[in-house]
Amino acid sequence: MVANDHIDLTVEPGEIHALLGENGAGKSTLMNVLYGLLQPDEGEILINDEPHHIKGPRDAISAGIGMVHQHFMLVPVFTVAENVMLGAERARGGPLGMLDRARARRDVREVAERYGLQVNPAAIVEDLPVGVQQRVEIIKALTREVELLILDEPTAVLTPNETADLLEVMRSLKAAGKSIVFITHKLKEVKAIADRITVVRRGRTVGTATPDASEAELASLMVGRQVMLRVEKAPAQPGDVVLAVDGLAVADERGHRAVDGVDLEVRAGEVLGLAGVQGNGQTELIEALMGLRPALAGSATLKGEPLLGRRTKDVLGAGVGYIPEDRSVDGLIKEFTIAENLVLDTYDREPFGSKLALRLDRIEAAAKERVEEFDVRTPSHEANVGTLSGGNQQKVIVAREMSRPLNLLVAAQPTRGVDVGSIEFIHKRVIAARDAGAGVLVISSELDEVISLADRIAVMYRGRIIATVPATESRERIGLLMAGITETPTETEGSGQ
Amino acid sequence: MTTTVVDEAPHVVVRPGFWTRERRTGAVLVVLGLLAAVVFGLLAHADASAKFVLSENAEGPSFSIPGRTGAIAFGLIVTVAGVLLLALSTAKRWFGLLVGVAVVALVFSLLCSQISAASEGLQFMPVVNVTRQSIGYSVPLVFGALAGVLCERTGVINVAIEGQLLLGAFSAAMFATIAASVWVGVIAGGAAGVAVGALLAFFAIRYRVDQVILGVILIVLCTGLTGFMFERFMASDAETYNAPAQLPVWEIPVLGGIPVLGPILFRWNALVYFVFIVGILIHFGLFGTRWGLRTRSVGEHPTAADTVGIRVLGLRYWNVLVAGLIAGIGGSYLVLDAGFQFSKGMSAGKGFIALAAMIFGRWNPVGAMLAALLFGFVEALQTFLSAIGSPIPSQFLSMAPYLITIVAVAGLVGRVRAPAADGKPYVKG
Amino acid sequence: MILGQEPEGSASSPDKAPVSTGQVASETAATALRTPDPDEVGGPPAGNRFIAALWSANTVTVTVLSLFLAMVIGGVLICLSDPTVTAAYGYFFAAPGDAIAASWTAVSEAYANLFKGAIVDPAAVTGWLDGENTIWLALYPLSETLTYTAPLVFTGLAVALAFRGGLFNIGAQGQAIIGAAVAGLVGFGLHLPPVVHLVFTLVAGAIGGAAYGFVPGFLKARTGAHEVITTIMLNYIALYFLSWLIVQDGVQDPNRTDAISKPVDENALLPKLAGGDLRVHLGILLGVAAVVGVGWLLNRSTFGFELRAVGLNPDAARTAGMSVAATYTGTMVIAGALAGLGGTTVLLGTAGALTGSVVGNIGFDGITVALLGRGKPWGVLLAALLFGALRAGGNRMQSFSGIPVDLVDVLTALIVLFIAAPALVRSVFRLRAGRTGRLETTVAKGW
Repeated sequence: MVANDHIDLTVEPGEIHALLGENGAGKSTLMNVLYGLLQPDEGEILINDEPHHIKGPRDAISAGIGMVHQHFMLVPVFTVAENVMLGAERARGGPLGMLDRARARRDVREVAERYGLQVNPAAIVEDLPVGVQQRVEIIKALTREVELLILDEPTAVLTPNETADLLEVMRSLKAAGKSIVFITHKLKEVKAIADRITVVRRGRTVGTATPDASEAELASLMVGRQVMLRVEKAPAQPGDVVLAVDGLAVADERGHRAVDGVDLEVRAGEVLGLAGVQGNGQTELIEALMGLRPALAGSATLKGEPLLGRRTKDVLGAGVGYIPEDRSVDGLIKEFTIAENLVLDTYDREPFGSKLALRLDRIEAAAKERVEEFDVRTPSHEANVGTLSGGNQQKVIVAREMSRPLNLLVAAQPTRGVDVGSIEFIHKRVIAARDAGAGVLVISSELDEVISLADRIAVMYRGRIIATVPATESRERIGLLMAGITETPTETEGSGQ
Repeated sequence: MTTTVVDEAPHVVVRPGFWTRERRTGAVLVVLGLLAAVVFGLLAHADASAKFVLSENAEGPSFSIPGRTGAIAFGLIVTVAGVLLLALSTAKRWFGLLVGVAVVALVFSLLCSQISAASEGLQFMPVVNVTRQSIGYSVPLVFGALAGVLCERTGVINVAIEGQLLLGAFSAAMFATIAASVWVGVIAGGAAGVAVGALLAFFAIRYRVDQVILGVILIVLCTGLTGFMFERFMASDAETYNAPAQLPVWEIPVLGGIPVLGPILFRWNALVYFVFIVGILIHFGLFGTRWGLRTRSVGEHPTAADTVGIRVLGLRYWNVLVAGLIAGIGGSYLVLDAGFQFSKGMSAGKGFIALAAMIFGRWNPVGAMLAALLFGFVEALQTFLSAIGSPIPSQFLSMAPYLITIVAVAGLVGRVRAPAADGKPYVKG
Repeated sequence: MILGQEPEGSASSPDKAPVSTGQVASETAATALRTPDPDEVGGPPAGNRFIAALWSANTVTVTVLSLFLAMVIGGVLICLSDPTVTAAYGYFFAAPGDAIAASWTAVSEAYANLFKGAIVDPAAVTGWLDGENTIWLALYPLSETLTYTAPLVFTGLAVALAFRGGLFNIGAQGQAIIGAAVAGLVGFGLHLPPVVHLVFTLVAGAIGGAAYGFVPGFLKARTGAHEVITTIMLNYIALYFLSWLIVQDGVQDPNRTDAISKPVDENALLPKLAGGDLRVHLGILLGVAAVVGVGWLLNRSTFGFELRAVGLNPDAARTAGMSVAATYTGTMVIAGALAGLGGTTVLLGTAGALTGSVVGNIGFDGITVALLGRGKPWGVLLAALLFGALRAGGNRMQSFSGIPVDLVDVLTALIVLFIAAPALVRSVFRLRAGRTGRLETTVAKGW
């Protein structure tokens, strides 16, 4: 596949250059080429006007290029100092190469102080919060005296506070004369920090801009055309409460309370959108509801029946449809056929099977129907799901979950990484499920998706629902809520007058 | 919420409340201690005592413990250690010490009971002798476990240690006989280990074959090859092909003359000194040098290593070959230590115990050496007990290393964690 | 302010020469459209296309070529270890024909005996036709092959089934040992009527193996202990247990001083399928039945669906409401039962009494059988037949050509090694990359 198609990029010294583009636009590929992790098929790299052939990270580092990867390149069981010196070790004893840990720690402290990056060099990396780990990555690059630092989606995993800290660090780096390539798809950050902006779309450079360009201008450059995600839908007819969650608390893998006292209600015939920056507890919340993760406290009921503590199979059996957020990990078995994936959670129930045996004829017949009905583009229902495009894979999940009577539909990131045509289709089916009387809980980090699908919007921030607003609420207000700001400054001023 | 279940939560979600590692171990020790006190107390001879002689025979300085009293008392010491682990709020700090005391006491409870119950004239244990045997038995395990540690720290699973020991032993016997030199045998054994290591590296790194499968296949290959060559050459003409000499014992001057410690530590052949020195060097190397830092980074997070310019695959090849060398020399020890002939399947599962020692030693060179010594001690104990006619079936003592390892990996006494990238082929990009 | 916007589709604009002002500039580009392979252009005649398909690296081709490669290496070993042959190579440049002829004689004779011992000895057939010997002598090789095959089918299935469930069951050996031990206790401990006793004993063997398979499955599900480690350890525990068991009073044969148990009751033995003292017994038919049963279990049953789902993607299986823990445990229980039956087949078919090494190496051989059979039930049957034939033939090769039967281990290891690395076979034979014959197993990588 062609991920980068004749891209040009020029970075000046002491400049923060934003590389703006949607997920999958080819930004990371471009930077991996710069860093020597991938080899270009055509084109060249000029550093200080001289062509360089970068065969691997070693060449990149010696050419003064450093990179902070989206997934940190840190060894979790090593200390900060060990991670920083790895590959450029401080050592004594000539060929023996005995590590000089004291010196390494001193190096870390020096760089940390110079650029205002607080970190304990003796700490074990896996014990550190994500924001601090990122600092370690930056220090790692700085101790190698890079002139150009590439930051690949650095804010994707950060809280707003950590993001603010990072932007501050970037400013101090710039003041020290370093160049920065800042890869992101977040317009606000770009406008806040960048000196110049290059926009890429589908592997091509589509334009350059300065930060005074409006968000609308940048967005249209980035997306290509104005995509209106509005779904045609009638006003909701909310019925009885289907899902009631009360004081729910859930721990994440590291034992932190990722969900910290959530209350919410979903009624039959309405869509509740759960908006929020990724990593604010949404995943843990729905996994607890689905019986995939134990709850620490609180309760949840489905049509009055207790939901927590039940096995996933029973939750699904009680009329809950579930579209998990990562389809390739949790939603599908790639080596299974479409037909098999379509019965992944109903294979042991009538009509597809019993406790003992499968009814292959019925599974096949149903598969043919579903493929037709949900417009899954495939040569055969016996093809492996792994051979389908992302959009068609997602349609298989939607077809599976919406082919039985539902009381509640939980849809997490239902259209992530899906083509525009499939997005429209999936959105229509979600609304159809609502109109058929199911309660729908949509979790999405795409604000536009939440706004277009939901009847009410709950905003989740740091494990809590900080506000529930009607879908007609302004985008700006919801955006502020997602950043954890419950009162807008204008309102405060307004009340003061 | 006290147990973590793979199904319901793949990671520890909430720290276990009451049943911490210390308390679980404590509870197990309490039960074990009481059992020991009762069972060993009953098995012991009430009037006889157990004599521990600090020499290689019945002569020399000694101390005696009354049989039944000793068996019960040591059993109770185990129980007390267990109770302390259960009750102390600072149990975490004393965990290692208390478990150590409990294990030693358990062994003494067993010994008091069995030695005192032995027939007249056999009611003593030659401590120096048993310790020497423990070390002797542990040497091939240390070789194998160190080879395993080196491979796995660099991210390549090595199940084929058994095969490396076997081919090393064969090759050592054959070439030591042909060249009439034990040192040629050692080199030939090492070379055979390197050859198996090369196959392992080549298929695991170049062709990304599942490394556990690969290890099993290599064992079958080594078993077949050595069996075939044995029949073709050695079975008919042992004089020419299978009569290796014995490695000379090098007694360290002065130190070797120290009573008790001398025979235990300073009267061995070269390979014994070699393996323990190599083990300590590897330990220091892994945790104190540039090579070690890079090796561990490659075993934990190869992509991170690659992005700072470390040659992941090269380092893996190199380490797997060195590990093969160590395991192969370990194979040569099997024949050259006592000048044994090579016999079919003579590694007899030692490679797997070595693997167990590596795991029980938590992928740590010194830990693996200590685990190997422990397993060696169990074997020596078994030899000793059957020599004094103990009613305890030797097979159950033989099982001990394997049982201990299962308990260890099941996390019943604290979790063991393999290097994160162990067994995962590295693909660039 | 938008500085510049390029029309979609244009790669770069000439007014943006990056070098003039730039300190760092990069330019990357993509592959030009791949030019089609010359042999893909224009359809070759049908015959050629068939050969092309055959010569692409599909499963069958890779298997056959792996077998061939292994035999070649085995031949080299035979020559290297044959003094006559090596002597002939000593004066290779004086008379190269001698060396080649000597090699050919040694290798062809060995492999001919391998074939005669495994499938059919033409001499015995003509002997039968001429009335010089009975038909049983002609059928003897096949009988031996099937006798060796029967237990391998069971242990092969035990490993293969676990593979499909995402588990690497190295413990078939231990499960076979415990299965045989329990079956032995029932076999000589009880005295029941014909058929009933056999059924009881077989069931006992299956239960013994199942219980022993349960342990690693449960530990994996409950604590995450890696099944490779636990099953390796359990193999040795089983071995020591058996060697302890057979010398206990009431178990050991009172008429013998060596470590052997009392003989199993006549009624519990697997009936022979042929006359003339041929060893082939009911076990092979039970093996075929097991293949059918496992085939049904994997492809048609509800549990098989769960097993395959968990094996391929445990996260998705869990999300779909399956219990990964129960599936792991169930898989190991069934695998253990199969391996236990394998051990029981040896006991009731050929051994007749428990000894320390009663099950031989069938558990470890089951691993290679499962790998060669690519984790599929019928594949396992074919692989077990091949390995059974090699074992049977190996015996004749040893006694007639003096080639140690250990060569069979070398051959099986090499075959599986090549199959595990199809890319190697491909490059050796310059095969076109085709549907690869990679092992269709989903073993969890790492500990």
